[in-house]
Amino acid sequence: MLGAIWQKLKTGLARTRDLFTGVAGLFRLKGRVDEAFLAELEKRLLSADMGALVSRDLVAQVRQSFLDREITGDVEAHVRQHLRSLLGDDDRSFHLAESGPTVILIAGVNGSGKTTSIAKLANRFHKEGKKVLVAACDTFRAAAVEQLALWAQRTGVEIVKGQTGADPASVAHDACVKAQARGFDILIVDTAGRLHTQTHLMRELEKIQRILAKQIPGAPHEAIMILDATNGQNAIAQAQEFQKVNNSTGLIVTKLDGTAKGGSVFAIKQKLQLPVKLIGVGEGMDDLEPFDPDAFVAALFE
Amino acid sequence: MQLRPCKVAGKITKRKSWSEFPKWEGVPRFELFSGFMFESLQRTLGDAIKRLRGRGRLTEANIREALEDVRIALLDADVNHQVAQDFLERVTKKAVGQEVLRTLDPGEQILKILYDELVVLMGPVDASLPKPGKDRPGVIMLCGLQGQGKTTTAAKLALTALNKGRKPLLVGADLQRPAAMEQLRILGEQLNVPVHIEPGTYDERGNRTGGPNAVEVCKNGIKRAKELLRDLVILDTAGRLHVAEMPMEELRQIDRVVQPDHAYFVCDALTGQDAVNSAKAFNEALELNGVILTKMDGDARGGAALSVKEVTKVPIKFLGVGEKLDRLEEFRPEGLAQRILGQGDILSLVEKVSKVQAEIGEEERLRQQKKLEKGTFSLDDFRKQMEMLKKMGSAKDLLASMPGMGNVIPSGQDPDQSLRRIQGMIDAMTKAEKADPDLIDYNRRLRIAKGSGTKAEEVKQLLNQFEQARGLMKMFAGQSMFEKIKAMTSMGKMGAFAPGARIGSKGDTGHRKSPRERAMERKKKKK
Repeated sequence: MLGAIWQKLKTGLARTRDLFTGVAGLFRLKGRVDEAFLAELEKRLLSADMGALVSRDLVAQVRQSFLDREITGDVEAHVRQHLRSLLGDDDRSFHLAESGPTVILIAGVNGSGKTTSIAKLANRFHKEGKKVLVAACDTFRAAAVEQLALWAQRTGVEIVKGQTGADPASVAHDACVKAQARGFDILIVDTAGRLHTQTHLMRELEKIQRILAKQIPGAPHEAIMILDATNGQNAIAQAQEFQKVNNSTGLIVTKLDGTAKGGSVFAIKQKLQLPVKLIGVGEGMDDLEPFDPDAFVAALFE
Repeated sequence: MQLRPCKVAGKITKRKSWSEFPKWEGVPRFELFSGFMFESLQRTLGDAIKRLRGRGRLTEANIREALEDVRIALLDADVNHQVAQDFLERVTKKAVGQEVLRTLDPGEQILKILYDELVVLMGPVDASLPKPGKDRPGVIMLCGLQGQGKTTTAAKLALTALNKGRKPLLVGADLQRPAAMEQLRILGEQLNVPVHIEPGTYDERGNRTGGPNAVEVCKNGIKRAKELLRDLVILDTAGRLHVAEMPMEELRQIDRVVQPDHAYFVCDALTGQDAVNSAKAFNEALELNGVILTKMDGDARGGAALSVKEVTKVPIKFLGVGEKLDRLEEFRPEGLAQRILGQGDILSLVEKVSKVQAEIGEEERLRQQKKLEKGTFSLDDFRKQMEMLKKMGSAKDLLASMPGMGNVIPSGQDPDQSLRRIQGMIDAMTKAEKADPDLIDYNRRLRIAKGSGTKAEEVKQLLNQFEQARGLMKMFAGQSMFEKIKAMTSMGKMGAFAPGARIGSKGDTGHRKSPRERAMERKKKKK
């Protein structure tokens, strides 16, 4: 499994080799670990959106352990191991309800890739032989419902739609009723993109969540925040707010097949204990992969 | 934080509460969850201010120290690391050697320099829209990655143009996403602005199978604008998730064939270090005329703007600050500089600085005069006076330019150097010592001498001279600086310009006074 994702991440990188200077090249340098080496290491970590604190911490560790020593595989191994340990070993599977429909609530800021991720997720469950229903609760953005409907049609899953401008909570309600009545296994709820600072929209999200919990016991079983890998340190604020409002259970990190490395997930994991569950690595229907921390760290290096 | 039981695979489990989370990197838990990342600049600048307080001049060492914190803050604001480094180099060069204005902290002063530099860097302001030509409307082409907000921005621009009395027309040239065309059509309807789209046909995988290509759609759009007598065309072009997949050739073709007056790069304020990569790619493919920064209504600091501006060197034109179509603002560098620095009160600081700068000369003069009259003139003031003297030019030149003053400088002594030695000695004193020189006993003299690289005797001489000068100053209070200098120098080789020389006013008492007697005498003089 590792190989497949790695390959995909690598092809993403290969296309953009001129733009990206990974961490690994640094360790192939000859010489000693000196301040110039450490500065370069920090630079490369920062380029991956690791954030100033995580980068500085790691560089300080390397300085302490390896300063003035020969650059060998040990340094690389140490950095790799440190990064890997930051990601932890969480349960990254989707929790499914024992009986009745499993409800998955999807939220995130505008343009992060919610609709595409939902299509991929629906496709995934559909292929597993599950009966999937999607609820188009993005009644705000013009044509958002149409976009999801188009995806649903291509995937072959059913959809519950509301009119543009309708109360998204009412769409969620209708979807729950339909899911239970018609025996769907999975209900994926799409929501409008919202910046985590827009309190009225965050309250709206809370309301959707409340309605779901009322209709189906234990719902939502998964509350997933979609994070755009090209986002910088603001990702941490996003995760924090979404976690506060809808008890996020994990992340789907999208657009990881480009030049962005999504390094903010290190800080998010550290601070919020929020694991990455899946990653989006392309625009195709099957380009949604389980998050593999080893491959993720490896991709930083390759 | 509310605990919510979660039914997971039939089992009831409780989510962790905040208090169960481990501490992270020694950051107190409270701060960890109160968004310390986002306020880190305020905190680190606060630290910088504390560390720098009481230092009179910005030196390379103390600036570097403070700017390391600022660097972290810029990185937290998503400014590209290279851009941040170059920027701070420039600020350092500017700041080294600057005098800290009297009522400011050194930290405040650095902040002001940072702010000024940011404003310059992100300017100039230009929110103009292309004017119609003789036989065709003005044409704007929007480009950028998918999900940055191009389509919404196109509609917002149309509304801005409407409000300026223009007659816009929107063209949906993003043929890869049928939903984008639909979105644009609906937005145009809301604004009552004509939209030109040519739907075409798609296969079930979403690939366009029939209909004109993007270049033709743009050409037809402009033709239609002419027919409808519209004077501004806004082209919404295709975006991809990644730069490498961007159909740059298509954009270049549109650029060549349609020849838009302006090409704007639409960039999302949430973008991290990757902003540089995409800005570079678009800037190389097209000749950009402007940048529009979207999603500025979140709490992202928008450091990406700085990166993009550095790469493209074109003006930032507008900011998207909300979902509603009227939420497009003209860009003002002051606002963004303030935001990137995360310092809410920066504008009042700027005001304060200019006010201080205007008033400082006059205020300082009045203050010192008052002190002189009261006799509370301290060593600090003494040092400041010398500083003011220095500002008038070198002491040598100054004295030489005054008639009959050339002989003030003792032969073999450089007054500028003497001034510096005296300043060094005063700088080596504690606050309390400067305020009350009577505190300074033999041991303290030794320490001061050691700290300033002078001799204990020199410190003693300085103190004596200061004592005399204070007496004289009291006499001269109310006179101008020049009158003071004149009066002092007319009394012979004395004062600051000749440490070691003695003023002749102190008579011989015939016996060596005990420390106690000397203290009593000083007290008397003070009165």
